[in-house]
Amino acid sequence: MSAAARLEDLHKNYVLKSETVRALRGVSFEVPEGDYVAIMGPSGSGKSTLLNLLGCLDRPSEGRLFLGDDDISQMNDNQLSYTRASRIGFVFQSYNLIQQLTVVENIEVPLYYQGTLSKEDRARCAEWADLVGLGDRLGHRPAQLSGGQQQRVAIARSLVNDPYFILADEPTGNLDTATTTEILRLFENLNDMGKTIIMVTHEDEVSVHAKRVIRLRDGLVQSDVLNGDDRVKLNTSGGPIDLFAKAEKSTAP
Amino acid sequence: MLFLRTWILGIKSLFLHPMRSALTVLGIFIGVASVIWLLAIGEGISQEAQKQIEGLGADNIMVRSRKPLNPPDAGSNSFILSYGLLREDYDMLVATLPNIRSAIPIREMQREVRYGDTNIEARVVGCTPEYAEVTRLEIERGHFITDAEVKLQENVCVLAAGVVEDLFPYEDPIGRSIYLQEHEDYYKIVGIVQDRNPTAAIGGSMDAQDFGSDVYVPITTIRKRIGDTIVVRRSGSREGQTIQLDQITLRVKGIENVQRTAELVEQVLEKNHGKVQDVAVVVPLELLEQARRTRIMFMVFMGLIAAISLIVGGIGIMNIMLATVTERTREIGIRRALGARRNDIIRQFLVETIVLSVMGGATGILGGYLCQPIIRLARSGLQWYKPEMIQSLPEVVRDVDPIIVPISIPLAFGISVVIGVMFGLYPAYRAAQMDPIEALRHE
Repeated sequence: MSAAARLEDLHKNYVLKSETVRALRGVSFEVPEGDYVAIMGPSGSGKSTLLNLLGCLDRPSEGRLFLGDDDISQMNDNQLSYTRASRIGFVFQSYNLIQQLTVVENIEVPLYYQGTLSKEDRARCAEWADLVGLGDRLGHRPAQLSGGQQQRVAIARSLVNDPYFILADEPTGNLDTATTTEILRLFENLNDMGKTIIMVTHEDEVSVHAKRVIRLRDGLVQSDVLNGDDRVKLNTSGGPIDLFAKAEKSTAP
Repeated sequence: MLFLRTWILGIKSLFLHPMRSALTVLGIFIGVASVIWLLAIGEGISQEAQKQIEGLGADNIMVRSRKPLNPPDAGSNSFILSYGLLREDYDMLVATLPNIRSAIPIREMQREVRYGDTNIEARVVGCTPEYAEVTRLEIERGHFITDAEVKLQENVCVLAAGVVEDLFPYEDPIGRSIYLQEHEDYYKIVGIVQDRNPTAAIGGSMDAQDFGSDVYVPITTIRKRIGDTIVVRRSGSREGQTIQLDQITLRVKGIENVQRTAELVEQVLEKNHGKVQDVAVVVPLELLEQARRTRIMFMVFMGLIAAISLIVGGIGIMNIMLATVTERTREIGIRRALGARRNDIIRQFLVETIVLSVMGGATGILGGYLCQPIIRLARSGLQWYKPEMIQSLPEVVRDVDPIIVPISIPLAFGISVVIGVMFGLYPAYRAAQMDPIEALRHE
């Protein structure tokens, strides 16, 4: 089984005026299919940069990034666009639905940019909407939906192109606790269905739902642990982190 | 399917800001409508002018007598000035010119004409039967002067509609006689001609011809009864001038021969009139061509003004689209993240500008078609409320009837679409060049 994503010594440098910012300084890990990974880290740790690279919105300065068998570090702008349309499912903190489109039309957008949109595809979009619990709101506009409902639409949209993985960027950041729980349960259900999920978050209450937590610090992987398992898989700096106790605490009501 | 969706999406996006879109469309509407209006008004004016020139006859050449600026015998004691076309010229022209269908000698003079107690000033025209055909006179009743009447130098005349109106308001003029007081002579009326539009005035060499007050008489009768010399009494002294013919109108066979024949006419006349410039050759065809050149210049000028208003409309589109692109930065970011290529973004925004400009173009064409009714309505409205203002307007403005130039419709529409694309391209390009990461972060 090939990995959904494989990072090999990934570097990313930004040139700001005369100064070079080294946002990622050699990150390597693999996300197997069916995994549920939370990427954490303080601001400035390189999470956003890593997210942009995983989402094919940017190219690494050095190193290689494979999605499935495709090396995206070698792709041009159009190929990156096509990869985004066909193999990546984005879920954003602020939902990012297109206001003038209805629920079902928003779900269709990635298919539209793949250049294929058949009658069956539209039917499938409606099915996805049904799956996330919005089957009765297909014709609504985003403005007519609550935050949680909008995020459900975004999740349905991220699934429609059968992606390598769902890339969620603080998906619950704008939601209240009850809705957060609902959305996280939806992610868990999707993961149980075999969907790969990569989620960027800074909340421990969210990351405990993932199977695995990767912590970044100063552009490097600080730790890479399995949740519910005190065995530290990879630890490049600092000592082992006791996540188990934390997880225990936060799952308590 | 996808193609259709792109367009539907464009229209939907425009409806996000209906007012803004409507104002942008208005800019193009005004541009397109003004192209059609200005060209229609220009065409109306120039066709009117052309009709007047055509009234002179495109296949005619007119040779006119004119008073020389410095008569050759100015110092002599002779009080009678003799100038202009001679009957000899007429014979010579008829004998030498090929390609001549007919040649009409004409003599004109202002005379008082009386019937009963009514006196009017009329223009007495001595001519031959062909005159009616050349000047497109239509006989209403009776007949025009005949060859026999010319040969026999009979005292007959044909009246123009204006003269009939003034002299015979209640009676039938046919068979009656009018009286020329200065020559103590009667002329029997044999025919009446229909009313005819006046011809154009032609720059200096010929007055505008108003055929309304004409009295047509055989040219031979004028020579016999009136003669060539006209004496005018002026403050004690007497002054006179001798003119044999005022004009010779030549009808040329085929318009293509007009130019060559005109040159020949000038060569022939040089013999008798070389030194004294007392004749002028007028070629309506030349005037017609001149009018056509003027018309093209006029059209170009009008088109230029209209094009400026279209460009202004285009700048309006660009302005709005730039604002739209900035405002929808977030949407652009989302679309890019979901897989839109740069070209997809360009296409999306270009479609919106094309929709705007096509809507402007289509409504502009409708507005253009309203040109005629609106101008007529405005004119009759003005006539109703302020008749004195209408009277003070120049004739061109008062009478112009716009004629929609067929080419102006596709032209205006095409230009509006081209302008939409031209001015939409830059905002669309700007949208496509945005960094998706930056765009997504945009609030």
